Amino acid sequence: METVIDSHNISKVYEETAIPVHAVSEIHLHLERGEFTALVGPSGSGKTTLLNLIGGLDRPTTGYVEIGGVNITKLKDNQLIDFRLNNIGFIFQSYNLIPVLTASENIEFIMLLQGRSKSERETRVHELLRQVGIEDKHDVRPAQLSGGQQQRVAVARALASKPRFMLADEPTANLDSVAAGNLLDIMAKLNREENMTFIFSTHDARVIDRARRVITLQDGRVISDERYAQK
Amino acid sequence: MIIRLIWRNVWRNKRRTLITVMSVLFAVLIAISMKSLQAGVFGHLIKNVVSFHSGYIQIHKKNYWDEQTLDNSFVSTPALVRTIEKQPGILAAVPRIESFVLASSGEVTLGALCVGTEGEAEDVVTHLRANLISGSYLDKRTNHTLLSQGLAEKLHLHVGDTLILLGQGYQGAQAAGKFAVGGIVKFGSPALNSSLIFLPLTAAQEFLSAENILTAFALGLNESASLETIQTSLRAGLGSEFEVMSWKDMMPDIATHIKADGTFYNIMIGILYFIISFGIFGTVLMMMNERRYELGMLLAIGMKRRLIAFTLLGETVCTSILGAIAGAGVSFPIVWYLQSHPIRFGGEVARVYSDFGFEPVIPTLLDAGIFIDQALVVLLIALLLGIYPLTRAGRLSPITSMRQ
Ligand SMILES: Nc1ncnc2c1ncn2[C@@H]1O[C@H](COP(=O)(O)OP(=O)(O)OP(=O)(O)O)[C@@H](O)[C@H]1O
Ligand SMILES: [Mg+2]
Repeated sequence: METVIDSHNISKVYEETAIPVHAVSEIHLHLERGEFTALVGPSGSGKTTLLNLIGGLDRPTTGYVEIGGVNITKLKDNQLIDFRLNNIGFIFQSYNLIPVLTASENIEFIMLLQGRSKSERETRVHELLRQVGIEDKHDVRPAQLSGGQQQRVAVARALASKPRFMLADEPTANLDSVAAGNLLDIMAKLNREENMTFIFSTHDARVIDRARRVITLQDGRVISDERYAQK
Repeated sequence: MIIRLIWRNVWRNKRRTLITVMSVLFAVLIAISMKSLQAGVFGHLIKNVVSFHSGYIQIHKKNYWDEQTLDNSFVSTPALVRTIEKQPGILAAVPRIESFVLASSGEVTLGALCVGTEGEAEDVVTHLRANLISGSYLDKRTNHTLLSQGLAEKLHLHVGDTLILLGQGYQGAQAAGKFAVGGIVKFGSPALNSSLIFLPLTAAQEFLSAENILTAFALGLNESASLETIQTSLRAGLGSEFEVMSWKDMMPDIATHIKADGTFYNIMIGILYFIISFGIFGTVLMMMNERRYELGMLLAIGMKRRLIAFTLLGETVCTSILGAIAGAGVSFPIVWYLQSHPIRFGGEVARVYSDFGFEPVIPTLLDAGIFIDQALVVLLIALLLGIYPLTRAGRLSPITSMRQ
């Protein structure tokens, strides 16, 4: 077993308001390679905040986060950006893509940031487009793609950087159920065939159903953490 | 790919980019055409004024300009002539001896300035031959005079008549002589037209008992020569015995006028660019707000702040340069046309101009330097405006930018 994410007693307190908000409280989270984990809980329970902390987009008020053995909480801003680039695949709820670049350019872009060679970029873009099933849309800009297609490009883009794990905050929230199902199929397949680690938040019962581990948050605390057999 | 990204972002909002490009184009067009006109008018003015009589530069014995007498003169030696001639940029150096005299014919006696000069060189520097309206030009084999038209009229003299000159020669000698009027020259400037009498150099030196003595060298320069450089270098070469004066020193009023007008132009153009800058800044602001989410996303997935900033700066610079190129492109044919077809004007003003020996035109100067200057100004403004998105990119936070 290989530990991918290890959070040590992390808390996040927002003090911008009159009454401090304890968005995330004392969470120990441990994710092994190949896990397919859903983060659930009512609105305001701290899902987004927790994902931001383990994704290195935000820093915990107390505690620290280790990714692949690296304490990312100690990294400087620029090091953290680099760390995200090379270790974490992000899929956001929507508007993941650069609107002026085509689907394949969006995928290529992240590899360019990583400094990969042109030939490597080109072969990989092809392969990724095929994996998410939109080879025919390679030359199309995001505005001409459906929401589901856009999210698939986002998955391909996240995958392109060869991350340690994929992090998705409500990836299906803006999709109809068919598109959501397709996206989950793709994610599950990557998990199964490439042992890619996923952690995603969701409200959608059908999406929760597909997860093999479900962590439930309430008021910033983990209230349950259950594992299921492969579905 | 980054370049492609910048270029496509520039055209993301076509209408807005076009408006920005047009406003830069407009500013550049105004700046270039105003500057070209101004440079043309001043170039023309200087050329005219200089070719009246002074030349671009004069060399005198130290203190001659303050006290213009024959005693403040110098001996023309071959070494001196060589020092002047080896200076690059000089078209011609005309040796002169000048002295105030009394000119009389019959009952009338008037004060005049007698100018002994070398006819051919004089023509190169001040185009004196072109002013000839009757008779013949200076000829060093004779001692015939060229009389300015106003003076000739007052003295009732015509070509072929005799003129008597009286004055004080070199070192207090008496100077008196009779000269045949060889030709009449007309000057635009009334002051010159009523006072000048030209003699071949040696005839004048003989008349003034000043063999080999000069009061000035008047210099004509090549089109491209730099006045200041030549002046400085001549000063160094000739030493402290001489004074080297440019037309600016001899005619400070005109120099001041040109300088004041230049300052006025700079202020006007400054205001114009200031207004345009605000317009561009507005679009930069709008663009930054519209793209807040996208920039946050780019930072989240691992695009360095420096690269984000570079992209944003690239967009501003690219838009401004497009405007500058378009502006220069539109200005070029206009300025080029105006240079070859200067604006002519008529009426009273034109008559006054002609009387002064000016062509009644508003000339325009086509000068690459003016285009390059304006392009650089626009680039500088773009870079300054680009500082704002740069600082924004520095402070960007992925979670705050991406919160809906
Ligand atoms: N920047 C902030 N400043 C102050 N409070 C914040 C900030 N961000 C989040 N919060 C608060 O922290 C708590 C957790 O928010 P979070 O967005 O993590 O919840 P969530 O589980 O993702 O909710 P949802 O399901 O609606 O997306 C909420 O009470 C929220 O109001
Ligand atoms: Mg959320």
